[in-house]
Amino acid sequence: MSGDLIDLTAAQAGERVRAGELSASELFEAWRERAAADSLNAYRWVADAPPPETDAGAPLAGVPLAIKDLFCTEGVPSAAGSRILEGYRPPYTATAVERLAAAGAPMLGKTNMDEFAMGSSNENSGFGPVKNPWDESRVPGGSSGGSAAAVAAGLAPWAIGTDTGGSIRQPAALCGIVGLKPTYGAVSRYGMIAFASSLDQAGPLTRDVTDCALLFRHMVGRDPLDSTSTGLPDEVLLPAAERLDGLRFGVPPELTRGGVDPGVGAVFEQSLRLIEELGGTLEEVSLPHSDQAISAYYVIAPAEASANLARFDGVRYGLRAEAGDLGSMYEQTREQGFGDEVKRRIMLGTYALSSGYYDAYYGRAQRVRTKIAEDFRSAFERVDLIVTPTSPTVAFGLGERTDDPLAMYLSDFCTVPMPLAGIPAISIPGGFGEHDLPVGIQLAGPAFSENRILEAAHALEGAIGFDGSPARG
Amino acid sequence: MADRGLQREAAPPSDAPAERAYEPVIGLEIHVQLATRTKMFCGCELSFGEEPNTRTCPVCLGLPGTLPVTNAEAVHFGLMIGMALGCEPAPRSIFHRKNYFYPDLPKGYQISQYDIPLARDGRLGDIRIHRVHLEEDAAKLVHAGASGRIHGAEASAVDFNRGGTPLVEIVTEPDVRSAAQAAEWLRLLRVTLRQLGVSDVNMDEGSLRCDANVSIRPLGETTLGTKTELKNMNSFRFLERGVNAEIARQEGLMREGAVVSQETLHFDPRTGALSPLRSKEEAHDYRYFPEPDLVPVAPTEAMLERARSALPELPAQRAERLEGDLGLGADTAKLLAFRTGLGDFFEAAVATDGAADARAIANWVVGELVANIGDADPADTKVEPASLARLVAMVGEGAVAGSAAKEVMATLVAEGGDPAEIVEAKGLGAAGADELAGIVAQAMVEQADAVEKIRAGNEKAIGAVMGVVMRETKGRADGAEVQRLIRERL
Repeated sequence: MSGDLIDLTAAQAGERVRAGELSASELFEAWRERAAADSLNAYRWVADAPPPETDAGAPLAGVPLAIKDLFCTEGVPSAAGSRILEGYRPPYTATAVERLAAAGAPMLGKTNMDEFAMGSSNENSGFGPVKNPWDESRVPGGSSGGSAAAVAAGLAPWAIGTDTGGSIRQPAALCGIVGLKPTYGAVSRYGMIAFASSLDQAGPLTRDVTDCALLFRHMVGRDPLDSTSTGLPDEVLLPAAERLDGLRFGVPPELTRGGVDPGVGAVFEQSLRLIEELGGTLEEVSLPHSDQAISAYYVIAPAEASANLARFDGVRYGLRAEAGDLGSMYEQTREQGFGDEVKRRIMLGTYALSSGYYDAYYGRAQRVRTKIAEDFRSAFERVDLIVTPTSPTVAFGLGERTDDPLAMYLSDFCTVPMPLAGIPAISIPGGFGEHDLPVGIQLAGPAFSENRILEAAHALEGAIGFDGSPARG
Repeated sequence: MADRGLQREAAPPSDAPAERAYEPVIGLEIHVQLATRTKMFCGCELSFGEEPNTRTCPVCLGLPGTLPVTNAEAVHFGLMIGMALGCEPAPRSIFHRKNYFYPDLPKGYQISQYDIPLARDGRLGDIRIHRVHLEEDAAKLVHAGASGRIHGAEASAVDFNRGGTPLVEIVTEPDVRSAAQAAEWLRLLRVTLRQLGVSDVNMDEGSLRCDANVSIRPLGETTLGTKTELKNMNSFRFLERGVNAEIARQEGLMREGAVVSQETLHFDPRTGALSPLRSKEEAHDYRYFPEPDLVPVAPTEAMLERARSALPELPAQRAERLEGDLGLGADTAKLLAFRTGLGDFFEAAVATDGAADARAIANWVVGELVANIGDADPADTKVEPASLARLVAMVGEGAVAGSAAKEVMATLVAEGGDPAEIVEAKGLGAAGADELAGIVAQAMVEQADAVEKIRAGNEKAIGAVMGVVMRETKGRADGAEVQRLIRERL
């Protein structure tokens, strides 16, 4: 029985519940058993019982949801992958999680992640790395690696994550699933433990584009608790397109050439041919400031993080080191509680904001950010969508890049420009590259063009016909 | 005096003449707690002495994942303050994060306005306003142990009730030239803010807090000297004493040829001592950057109009009007304008039908009425504006003598009533001409010695004769008239 259920997409399972062929509690229990049997270290916490009542008529019909541990969930551990928050149980629930629960997606569990979403491999989790279900010696990507691995491995029907520089799209690509980073402001950030406030955005990680649209539809909306939230101007539609007639696709050489592995490049070229076969047109568009995106990102994100993480001081919650005086308590709490990458970024960000350096670093990075947004604006005057590989490589080995932070940072060079510009982008599986591992194709569009992106992704997904499952043990 | 414990830099060779005169240059920074219903960035109601940590929520506790949302009422109050101080509201002002670690600061940063404040470039009285900006208050620390400070405390507790209370910070230009002027100006600011109804402006309770930046320079110099910052002087008197102490300390240093070093000082009103403030105020790089969780404050025309139309007549304007339109003396006008209740009473009295001259009424209000009611609001006593107007009119008409009118005034304040009836009932009406002439004649007989002295040129001796007349008339006689009658009979 449970084997059948696991083969269903979330939308299909929801249909069965609504049709009365399946009870929501049966569905929940089947998935709960799967999640409890996690051997990838994808979960940090799994529900021990179904929620008290599930409305089978709700739009999401009781299909349970894996939630990145970055989202606060009332009474349920929410540690954001950090030892400094180990055992912390928030007194409130994030808006996005609340909306999804209200739409009928109960919480299945909390997924592992890079500490405070800082990482591209999940090796920065304070609670051990997540393994990639396609090859357990490899990383699942990050920082939403637990959510991506859980969906790919059939440990969750769908999941939510957050993306700051690629943290939804890159793990989705490395795990062979779909991941959407929405327009900045589409989804409330209230209750998401902040990494970089001007970049963070929550989004779905799902098996296919239809599930992605369905889940996304119930996450979006302006939230009075988040001043920067805008919602979407239009309702999110379930995509039905099978053709791409009339759609113009821009191919930016800056994000598709140098640094992309041959196997990834081959899958990307094949996707471009499919786009043309489906009636889309291709055009080269330049994003001239893309080569500075990583540099700008690694100033802006750490700068914001250095302030966002100041609240972890041992005074009110989380870890507190025993020390003789206030200054030592601060120092030792943060020394013991934060991992190396988090410390590195706090130091980078603190430096970038320091008096005398602000203009040279933070100020300049913001100007680059403006240029990048302008690049996209002028590109979207000529094309409807931009297509690139999501990650320049397939999943790399555990430990392979941990000693070289710069190489790790470069994992994100295709995904970082979009959040800097605040625009939406999706990653869908495009095929298999090196070592027969999944390759992600990224489609980006102008702000609030999620419906266009989802329609195009749906058509392309159909043509690609990705056989999307690792051996599910 | 108060400069022990302060680190002094090595004295450079002194070429300054020892008796050089110095001019103080003072700027004020005032924090005003706004009397909004809720906190600056969350929905918690403001606290007025509730149990600790009962007015808190995930946002003002700085819990992970929470976000601030700007309080529209605080922006409204801020705009009112800006406008009342003659400032130009910024079309688009932004919040920054001011980063430092301290247990009273749950996020590790304070959200405050920095390079683009809500309003700037105004004036109140003779002091220019540099800027007016919005920010959030810190929580309150309570330290157990002898020191009373965090250093050396056995334990410290944090009460987050106050954390996140909306604050407006008002920064003046360095236009103040004496401690007394600083205190007087702060009084004007306080009465102005009270009139706006945007704050309790209570210095004891900390809803109005004042820091002073003090420097001195040789008289005639135009460049500014090194300033020190005096923190949190929580009364007008302490402000004046603290600033005076600091001016004296700086003068002492300069006369010795030493150098004033830039630092933050704490004034102890008990001992009059100034000591350097440690803890979070040590030299800091606050690493300000724009708060990414908030959108800019961009007041719409409707918001500006709402703030503009909410402005009452302000004390400074009222003083000008009373002086200019009604011809009151400057001090009287100021007193009536600064004591709003007194001003309102005065204006109501002037508006009474057949009221006497406004200046006469004003003199009675700031004189006899205040003598009777002290600091109380006349609205809380029994006297009606119309009664006072009537009484002043009666004095003007000669129907009641000044000294008798004072007695009527006391009765009006204590019991209320109609002045004419009080005069009648107590037999305080001015003595008639015939009656008075008789009494004067009799008094001159009784005080024959004094009369002789007056004739001999001793003018003061007239007092003895007048004393008898006043005694006989029980004050119902007009002094000037009595004098005239005495001289007539000499």
